[in-house]
Amino acid sequence: MAERLTREDAAYVARLARIQLSEEELERYAEQLADVLEHAAAVAALDTEGVHPTSHPLPLRNVLRRDEVWPCLDRAVVLAEAPAAEDGRFRVPRILGEPL
Amino acid sequence: MTSGPASLLSAQVRAGERSAVEVVERHLDAVARIDPELHAFVTVLNDGAVAAAAAVDTVVAAGRDPGPLAGVPVAVKDNMCTRGVRTTCSSRILEHWHPPYDATVVERLTAAGAVVIGKTNLDEFAMGSSTENSAFGPTRNPHDPSRVPGGSSGGSAAAVAAGLAPIGLGSDTGGSIRQPAALCGVVGMKPTYGTVSRYGLVAFASSLDQIGPFARTVSDAALLFDVIGGHDPMDSTSLDRPAPRTATVVGDGVDGCRVGVVRELYEDAEPAVRAAVSAAAEALAGAGAVIEECSIPEVRHALPAYYLLAPAEASSNLARYDGVRYGLRVDAPDVESMNAATRAAGFGAEVTRRVMLGTYALSAGYYDAYYGQAQKVRTLIIDAFRRTYEQVDALLGATTPTTAFAIGDRVQDPWAMYLSDVFSVPSNLSGDPAISVPFGSDDAGLPIGVQVLAPALGEPMVVRVGAVLEAAAPPLGQPRLADRALLGGSSEPS
Amino acid sequence: MTARESQPATARGYEPVIGLEVHCELRTETKLFCGCRNAFGDEPNTNVCPVCLGLPGSLPVLNSKAVELAMRIGLALHCEIRPSTFHRKNYFYPDMPKDYQISQYDEPINVGGFLELPDGYRVGVVRAHLEEDTGKTTHVGGGGRIHDAEYALVDYNRAGVPLVEIVSAPDLRSAAQARTYVAELRSILVATDASDGRMEEGSMRVDANVSVRAAGSADLGTRCEIKNLNSLRSLVRAIDYEAARQAEVLESGEAVVQQTRHWDEKESRTVALRSKEEAFDYRYFPEPDLVPVAPDPQWQTDVASALPPLPAERRARLRQLLGAPAAPGAPWDPGAPPTAAQEDQIATVVEHGLDELVTSAAEDGVAPSLALARTANEASADPHRARGLDRRAYVSLLEMEERGQVTATQAKAVLAELLERGGDPVDIARRRGFEALGADSLAGAVAVVVGAHPNEWERYRHGEDKLAQFFIGQVMKVTKGKADGKTVVAELQRLRG
Repeated sequence: MAERLTREDAAYVARLARIQLSEEELERYAEQLADVLEHAAAVAALDTEGVHPTSHPLPLRNVLRRDEVWPCLDRAVVLAEAPAAEDGRFRVPRILGEPL
Repeated sequence: MTSGPASLLSAQVRAGERSAVEVVERHLDAVARIDPELHAFVTVLNDGAVAAAAAVDTVVAAGRDPGPLAGVPVAVKDNMCTRGVRTTCSSRILEHWHPPYDATVVERLTAAGAVVIGKTNLDEFAMGSSTENSAFGPTRNPHDPSRVPGGSSGGSAAAVAAGLAPIGLGSDTGGSIRQPAALCGVVGMKPTYGTVSRYGLVAFASSLDQIGPFARTVSDAALLFDVIGGHDPMDSTSLDRPAPRTATVVGDGVDGCRVGVVRELYEDAEPAVRAAVSAAAEALAGAGAVIEECSIPEVRHALPAYYLLAPAEASSNLARYDGVRYGLRVDAPDVESMNAATRAAGFGAEVTRRVMLGTYALSAGYYDAYYGQAQKVRTLIIDAFRRTYEQVDALLGATTPTTAFAIGDRVQDPWAMYLSDVFSVPSNLSGDPAISVPFGSDDAGLPIGVQVLAPALGEPMVVRVGAVLEAAAPPLGQPRLADRALLGGSSEPS
Repeated sequence: MTARESQPATARGYEPVIGLEVHCELRTETKLFCGCRNAFGDEPNTNVCPVCLGLPGSLPVLNSKAVELAMRIGLALHCEIRPSTFHRKNYFYPDMPKDYQISQYDEPINVGGFLELPDGYRVGVVRAHLEEDTGKTTHVGGGGRIHDAEYALVDYNRAGVPLVEIVSAPDLRSAAQARTYVAELRSILVATDASDGRMEEGSMRVDANVSVRAAGSADLGTRCEIKNLNSLRSLVRAIDYEAARQAEVLESGEAVVQQTRHWDEKESRTVALRSKEEAFDYRYFPEPDLVPVAPDPQWQTDVASALPPLPAERRARLRQLLGAPAAPGAPWDPGAPPTAAQEDQIATVVEHGLDELVTSAAEDGVAPSLALARTANEASADPHRARGLDRRAYVSLLEMEERGQVTATQAKAVLAELLERGGDPVDIARRRGFEALGADSLAGAVAVVVGAHPNEWERYRHGEDKLAQFFIGQVMKVTKGKADGKTVVAELQRLRG
């Protein structure tokens, strides 16, 4: 926690989040994120030994749906929103990376 | 108890005294005159709203029940899906997106006879406390157009405050209903997590988001909550039981109720706000409530925990805006560059900041220290509230530390902006209900809100306390930017 | 690297260590989190809705049938069913509508089971968890190769289809064993009706984690994950190739680099996939739109009691049948082990779910070995039709063969027609002019042939048994194929005395 977030950290995060940022933007975001994280450090320093993490405020379990078919969307409506479509499918530029 | 304009209008339409079309056209006319300066709306549904109103009139004419909100105009925050009507989240990335479906709350409004007259401005993807982060420009505070209306649901709050709609819907992730309600001088309620369906609410932070009502009176807010609440099988986090009914208990008073005044929820506020909390406590005591001073130290950790949890969820929720299936695309030679260029062009600075912050908090090596730790702090806060509610029925505090601030004041300093949410965030972390009710104004005449909190499913309690405060509140000046006639309860042409 | 031409890993003193990750699509009507149809081969983007397209505002709701099928798989693999949660696995890819995959992470529904191979060897099953499938990407231009493509087209019909990922322990020691594991797993999936297990349609997909170590060592080496294994054949070839490659790397004094590799079927080799630093930072966190799923004991019991007999159990039953008396009153030798050929036949019959053809024939008094052979060798050629075969007709055909009314060759032809069109085997045989020779005419034919080939007969008489084949051939010629080989041999032996 001690380390202040660096421009390199910001660049890594921008790649992970897939947002293209200029050098100048990276500098600025790095500063702002580092400031916010300093406030968050108060939380990081708390003693939470043995405390269960809450990912959800509700004690719900087993919310299930029956295996029944519902109507699908009209393909024309779906593809009308697509930035590019061809042959009933969504068109994207070539993909460099592999699905993992 | 003050009955509100929504219930009055509905009663008139149901009785056939006025047509829904007339009511809706009257409000659309006010929007046309006032909104160019106020900028509460992103999209106004002129034709669609009149057609919907005509359908309500047909039902009335046929002698059938048009529903409890018959002909009542509603302002809906533009992060709730409306079929065929663009839903932008005030973001460039969704500027031209037309959802093929209605959010559950929109379906319920329609089924109750209400008429959506427009989609209101917000901080992009509901991230902000001033509505300045809208890609389409800020909304003004009706009480002082040089100031912010609060946020992120600033558009709905301003529309209701200015009389452009009697009721509105907002979403509250860290205070986004209550904070603008306080700054605009209207009632805003964040219901218990799970009581109002999130299906069709464009997600910001899924474990915190909750839709709730804006209104000019507590009873109208209760009426609206009763319409939108209740189990929805399309939302796995929707409570599978009837939502608490509130409209029928609004006037029940607080005699004998134990109300705790939480030190951490007002002591860092500016003097006028602190004074309002004290006066509110006295008013409750005068109505027979038992007032207790109390302290919940864990509440101080809520804001930093929130600013780790909410961005983390947001970073994942907003990944889908990648230029592939809908929304903006910026062309590039390969899909990876296309994604990155699209997101850079489509997201504003605050969204980018939070997506990066959340990505960082979840990334390898930092999860335990940030996200995991914040989840544990969330547990501490939930437990602290639970212990407190063993002693009291409701809690009282300020909604915000300050009244409305000037446009541009805090945009350069994220943490200063985030501090606007310091009193509202704890209820989102706990999942419990809270209401903000106007309670006087500061020296500049700017509205002050006080906040009532209760344990889960305590909506009946918060509206009861809220209604007592409403009745005891010092009068608030008329907003400068408003349709006075509509505010006055009359909807005759001005 | 020319590992494919070089020696296998074992010949170099290395032992392969293999663990498999098998993804199988579940046989539900609808997708994992929405009511869109779970169907293969429909028009692109017709089985889509706001949820599986990841439209803003949509939310997932878990399909109870998918949970039930996951439990079936878990129980069939002797797993413990645990309270489970879903996480989001975050990474960008165009075929993933939300740019995260909802998957079970640190709290999967099934943990700690095993799969028993036909030879009794137990392979550990670490976990079998639920997750959603992705859409399908087609690369266009550049000959269909990803990196040379001009652009890509995406169909989301498959997005959100329920998958169970079954992760084995690194207990497998050869490509052949890995193949057996997958075949056995497929039988279990089909038997439990949880998945159709079709590798060629992609409803069952296998990734292999392969490492090698010095034979006799107990340590685990650095592993590589191999993807794109679209058939049992490529599984075997890829593992053999990869183990040999790693052995060669180690032999040359270098270290194996942990990486993901792609099996290139055309080139018969594995190639490393490019990976970026951030490619593995999936930022898992609990899915806030879903709540935990914790099947109660009653539900688990209901699912367990509805499980059909599993392949291991069914093979045991067939083995038992072979040792059982062929006819009432005949001596029963339960200890008689099936021959290797019969073991293969048993495996085939169970794999294709044709056990009942064998058992019902045996119950009607047909020799189990004959029923098994015909079912495994002939009927299984068309398992789908074989499962629908009329039991009485099948038994009747086997009885005709047993009684010598048709020869083996003729029986096979009748069976082919039965599978194709159905009908009465007696009619079919008559129509085709199949009638095995009566005992008298057969004896006559054998006598004629023996008389015509005195030299061969002498040699046969003096113990040159292989000449039996010669006589069978001659008798077949004379009888125009109506003689049964076994009966001819019996007659020859009778004449030889």
